[in-house]
Amino acid sequence: MSKHHISVTINGDPTEFLCETEQTLLDVLRDELGLTGSKEGCGSGDCGACSVRLDGRLVCACLVLGAEINGSKVETIEGVAAGHALHPLQQTFLTEAALQCGICTPGIIVAAKALLEQNLDPSEEEIRYWLAGNLCRCTGYDKIVRAVQSAAAVMRSA
Amino acid sequence: MGNEGNQFKYVGTRPVRPDGVDKVTGQANYGADFTLPGMLVGRVLRSPHPHARIKSIDTSRAAALGGVRAVVTSADFPNLPSEVAAGGEAPVNYRHISCNAIARDKVLYEGHAVAAVAAASANLADEALALITVEYEVLPHVIDVRAAMRPDAPLLHDDLFTDGVDPKPTKPSNIAKRTQFVMGDIAQGFAEAEVVIEREYTTQPVHQGYIEPHACVASVAADGMTTVWCSSQGQFMIREFCAKLLKMTDSNIRVIPAEIGGGFGGKTTVYLEPLAIALSQKSGRPVKMVMSREEVFRASGPTSGAHLRVKIGAKRDGTLVAGDLELAYQAGAFPGSPAIPGCMTGFAAYNIPNAKSVGYDVVSNRPKCAAYRAPGAPMAAFAVESALDELALQLGMDPIELRLKNAAQEGTRALYGPKFPVIGFVETLQAAKAHAHYSAPLKANQGRGVASGFWFNIGGQSSAAIHINDDGTAEVVTGNPDIGGSRASMAIMAAEVLGIDLAKVKPLIGDTASVGYSFLTGGSRVTFATGKAVCEAANDVIAQLRARAAKLWKCDIEEVIWKDGVAYPAQGQTDARAQLSLAEIAASAAKTGGPISGKAALNVGGAGAGFGTHICDVEVDPETGRVTVVRYTAIQDVGRAIHPGYVEGQLQGGAAQGIGWALNEEYVYDEQGRLQNAGFLDYRMPVASDLPMIDTVLVEVPNPSHPFGVRGVGEVPIVPPLAAVANAVARAGGVRVNDLPISPPRLLAALQKGHH
Repeated sequence: MSKHHISVTINGDPTEFLCETEQTLLDVLRDELGLTGSKEGCGSGDCGACSVRLDGRLVCACLVLGAEINGSKVETIEGVAAGHALHPLQQTFLTEAALQCGICTPGIIVAAKALLEQNLDPSEEEIRYWLAGNLCRCTGYDKIVRAVQSAAAVMRSA
Repeated sequence: MGNEGNQFKYVGTRPVRPDGVDKVTGQANYGADFTLPGMLVGRVLRSPHPHARIKSIDTSRAAALGGVRAVVTSADFPNLPSEVAAGGEAPVNYRHISCNAIARDKVLYEGHAVAAVAAASANLADEALALITVEYEVLPHVIDVRAAMRPDAPLLHDDLFTDGVDPKPTKPSNIAKRTQFVMGDIAQGFAEAEVVIEREYTTQPVHQGYIEPHACVASVAADGMTTVWCSSQGQFMIREFCAKLLKMTDSNIRVIPAEIGGGFGGKTTVYLEPLAIALSQKSGRPVKMVMSREEVFRASGPTSGAHLRVKIGAKRDGTLVAGDLELAYQAGAFPGSPAIPGCMTGFAAYNIPNAKSVGYDVVSNRPKCAAYRAPGAPMAAFAVESALDELALQLGMDPIELRLKNAAQEGTRALYGPKFPVIGFVETLQAAKAHAHYSAPLKANQGRGVASGFWFNIGGQSSAAIHINDDGTAEVVTGNPDIGGSRASMAIMAAEVLGIDLAKVKPLIGDTASVGYSFLTGGSRVTFATGKAVCEAANDVIAQLRARAAKLWKCDIEEVIWKDGVAYPAQGQTDARAQLSLAEIAASAAKTGGPISGKAALNVGGAGAGFGTHICDVEVDPETGRVTVVRYTAIQDVGRAIHPGYVEGQLQGGAAQGIGWALNEEYVYDEQGRLQNAGFLDYRMPVASDLPMIDTVLVEVPNPSHPFGVRGVGEVPIVPPLAAVANAVARAGGVRVNDLPISPPRLLAALQKGHH
């Protein structure tokens, strides 16, 4: 069985890869491209640790096949900071201790960034429902929600 | 941020954690993120039956498949004798750990590992698993803890005779051990009681639910030198357990800790690591193994489900005079539930002169339980704190007043033996009573519950090394995986003691070959015990710095004092010409005796007991039985918060896990003993939209056994929530549910049935 040859843009970089039919986008990112910032917590779309943007849409990379994204634009946690300039979400997650073990953090930051790009002033309830697909077992979500609120405030005043 | 008015420069402040940038940018390497050239993929064949004898395993077709480099079964592992040894968070039996990692003779639960393969790709490995033929003789199984205790229950182990009963039983059973603690005379105590509450409770097993599945890479060199990269709660524990299971020496195994994506006690044992080593030994190639989420649920340890009976006697004024607790905890397939800590903690928060607790450790055809945050305490506290709430209602007393009247204080003897030293339980109750939450108005269908909790916390063996660089910066090396921000705490304490800028301190977690032995990250011990080792290593550095200054000044070391990161002569401290900063001494280290490097290797005692009190408001939907937590406050004596942000996080996370335990989480088995909800969709952990903000109050009653007063904080916060939620539900809906989880169908049925 021959592999699929796929051309995409990942975090702004034109990228080509070969993948098996059954390899997910998450497998491709982690195993073929070395982008291990997206995590596999469940492989079934329930935990959100592999959240990425596919042509702007927030998706679980474990629910997308690598072979179906030819020509797409993929954004992962590795592309959230601009070089060494952290995104406001990354800053507020650090200053407000919004992570403990940190395994869910990349997915949550990618998901929260997608929210703030469409709504710069989300309510607590909007943040909680938007992030309901991203499991965190360490924090109880309190500091995560606050960090998203703080980042929104930073971005509004920018 | 400021230092919040305390006497320290860094202790009590909230700097950005040293490992933070890596974690918000996706650069941090967790267990599954590591790869080696030529690496094979390892996969596990698991039992489809909850209980069966393995009659034969034929691996020949799998081994013959192209690309398959190794196949192992229990025949490839030493057949260890059954003996109990110290290890992990509780005594361990290495035969049981070995037989749990790979089944020998019998499979004891659905998902029990039977064989493992290593192949060039995941697909080939899966193909190979399908080619292994296992002949099973299916045996009757038992899932429920009470059913497992019956004399006619299917027996898991024919050599298991109940320990702790006299005379020793002549017939084997599923009851591994009976434990009893007694103080005073409970018959007399209940005779004196004017009010008695007696109830039964059940809790379901719940999984720790770490988001990172178990993962490791093992590589065995031709000379037998073995390296394991994995995420765990203790690199030394992994080394020790693997060495025992594979009959290797400790020094032939080096374990390099990855970042750990959550553990909560669940990563205090081995599952994949010995298999990966054996596969690498056989194949001569590095082998990577990663569990799927389904495997995590089916084959790694939840904490015990429990059946509890509690009886509490009190005077009309609320004075507790007698307590009787009996509990049976599910151990899973091998003995070792936390029944003993359940017995020890149940009444520990209260001064009850006549008390007794009896615990049963019971095996059944479920995955072997593992430690989970304050192992054994939340279930016992659920029973006792629920009964206390009923007592308060019956006496017409405020539930905090009832607890204040009976709260353990310095000098109170606990049922499990010792008298408490300085503790802060009363302070948490007073803070709860004074909190605005406690007097806030409630709306229709809402109720407010209160519950408290206790956990011992532990110390134990810890090592730390501090290396001073020529430029005056410091590397702080410890041997404990950082599971929730402990590197920040280590750096803060080192900077505080040394008196140098926090930015100059870099904390690092060493592998088993590069730092002294350190017991695992568990028991809420790291900031306390490893933190103490860091402080002592810093003091060792200071002694060396003073000696170097004395050498430069040609005086005795006693004539050099160290203050705020600077050496001064004992006299004339203000003379600027006679000062040497740490950086200045470091720069001349080569000329004054060589590198400056401090260390400490301690077995730390004096862990301060921890107490918490939680207030929970819920709203009950009478039409659906759904419970929504609308407000939550967690109050805890933390001794001293080194980094308050991460201490608050522990309280918030523990509360959230406890809320999930109370309301949603459970294991669902079918008639055939197969787990029906082995995934995050059906095993319902709290998500962001399920919870409110979780307010915290950090009470600081310093622990005199720690340089900064630290008490462990990680485990206490999961002890009160089960009863805090249940008590709130009872007060909101007028119906008390004593069987967890209080899921919508269960509460709806109770509401429809009416009061009790």
